[in-house]
Amino acid sequence: MTTTPVQNDTTRASAGSGEPPSDDQLVKARGRRGGRPRTAAEWILMLLGVLGAAIVVFPILLLLINAFKSPSDYSTSSPLDLPRSFDLTGIQTFWEQNNFPRALWNSIFISTMVAFLAVILSVLNSFAIGIGRVRGRTWIVLLFLMANLIPQEMLFDPLFTLYDDLGLLSNSWSVIITFVVIQSAFGTYLLSSLLGTFPKEILEAAAVDGASRWRILRSIIVPIVRPTLSVLMVFFFIWTWNEFLLPLAFLNTSDSLTVPLVLEQLSGERQTDTTTLIAGTLISIIPTIIFFLIFQRTLTRGITAGAVK
Amino acid sequence: MTSTMTPKRRKRIHEPARIPERGGRKLGYWLYFLPGALLVSVIIFYPIVRNLRLSFFHWRGGRAEEEFAGLDNWAALFQDQEYLQSFQNIILVIFAMVIIPTLLGLVIAALLFDVIGRRFGGKLSSFLRATYYLPQILPIAVAGVLFGWLLKPNSDGVVNQFLTFITGSEVTVNWLGGSYPTAMGAVMVLMIWIQIGYPVVIFMAALQRVDPELYEAAELDGANWYERFRAITLAQIKPEVFVVSLTTTIAAMKVFAPVFILTQGGPNKSTYVPSFYAYNEFVNGTDKGYAAAIASSITILVAIVAIIFIRVQNRSERKDA
Repeated sequence: MTTTPVQNDTTRASAGSGEPPSDDQLVKARGRRGGRPRTAAEWILMLLGVLGAAIVVFPILLLLINAFKSPSDYSTSSPLDLPRSFDLTGIQTFWEQNNFPRALWNSIFISTMVAFLAVILSVLNSFAIGIGRVRGRTWIVLLFLMANLIPQEMLFDPLFTLYDDLGLLSNSWSVIITFVVIQSAFGTYLLSSLLGTFPKEILEAAAVDGASRWRILRSIIVPIVRPTLSVLMVFFFIWTWNEFLLPLAFLNTSDSLTVPLVLEQLSGERQTDTTTLIAGTLISIIPTIIFFLIFQRTLTRGITAGAVK
Repeated sequence: MTSTMTPKRRKRIHEPARIPERGGRKLGYWLYFLPGALLVSVIIFYPIVRNLRLSFFHWRGGRAEEEFAGLDNWAALFQDQEYLQSFQNIILVIFAMVIIPTLLGLVIAALLFDVIGRRFGGKLSSFLRATYYLPQILPIAVAGVLFGWLLKPNSDGVVNQFLTFITGSEVTVNWLGGSYPTAMGAVMVLMIWIQIGYPVVIFMAALQRVDPELYEAAELDGANWYERFRAITLAQIKPEVFVVSLTTTIAAMKVFAPVFILTQGGPNKSTYVPSFYAYNEFVNGTDKGYAAAIASSITILVAIVAIIFIRVQNRSERKDA
């Protein structure tokens, strides 16, 4: 299911065990071989690239500057001014008034569970499809992909009724179950094409040694594709963390809200003072940014593997 | 961002991996597929079927009776100004989520890779790449609140204060409401901001498989940066451009959160998109059958776009082969 043979190689390398060459290595390889000095035009282009990046982070920087202003400081200064004193009122108010620790826990719990369970489900599915080559696998993969393609309003009402009947509304598990299926659809797609090219010799050797299917899956296949599984896990975590529509529909009590929902609710309230809102926005993106810094490399690898597979 | 793939027939180079069977039984594999099959049926296929069916009924929800409506709901869509408006807006959303980010992404990726990466070092270029990508990982809801703050009306808004500072006279534009036709523009800027990192990362990765000799040869031949960009960069990463356009077009047709957070479809329904409209009808409407018809129509359209894209890609590849 790849586009060209060339890509096939690079994605297999990045999705499998091998690491792709880092940017630095590539630069060295293709190098400033000529060693000529940088031209004025190159300096200008470089500055344009930096300027563009600065524009992109600018809104987040504004958030950072203004989140630590006291309400009076905020109202008398321009948003571009640095805070006159370091004030935590906004952050404190947000933290205490909005049940934020609970929302943070809900988001972490939901995203972690989805990441783990969706990876497990993807492995099971793709073992049957990629290694077992069950009949009709092409259709099965396509049907699974639909879970990823369909607009989520399509799921909204039937699932709302279903979870209502099961007593799962405003329960984290309603969101967890839903997104385990949606995310594992993508995982199944990616992993089944990867496992479809799994080296036959290894499986044969294991079978000759008397290993059962389950043992082969657990002790041979999973360890070998572990790098891909960790990439998937990181992505499932972030995608789930960012979800809005279905959590908005299923989670209705203040104890069940996730981080994006808390913030959306706060911004809808007329009487919220601006410093609390800004502080809340900043706090709400900090977990994602930390996650981003830790997994930056994995992310870059994952986006690429996802796109060209 | 949920990447979606383009399924295709794979040329089989070597024998598929298979665990040799003593009895030749393949049935056992279905056992592994059981949980996935069950879950996807309940969570995905049951709702699809249920909504498609519901789109032919009138239903107030809850314990009310479902009344068969035939094609009523579907016919009503074409008379519905809000629905038609929401689809017109999708064209603007496609500009904001597909066309502009892809074009900008091409230029930025080429700049980061070809100029900054090669002449100023890979560290700087990967740092800049990460910076461009940052908005992609923020919760869209949170990004929406952030832009809502920036665009607050009156002198309270950051953008207004900024313009006041530059122009010297007080600016109090109600960007997201009032009589200004700026709300859709604001939603579009937010989408561009969120989307831009995705093509940049994909295109840069694509450029890594381009043979550097091509660039060096072109440079020796005296090709300038733009000529190299057109003849080498663009030509080589066509498959990725395709995948990016496909995935973002599908995402554009399903877009919900930015509109919900920033404008709630307002002012005067000028920022309606189909997904928001369907949601709104499910929650506040009086006929869930009609809501189901809206949702089903989006689903059908997404499926059509996906199929067209896959066909076009298959054809272009057969030509290349």
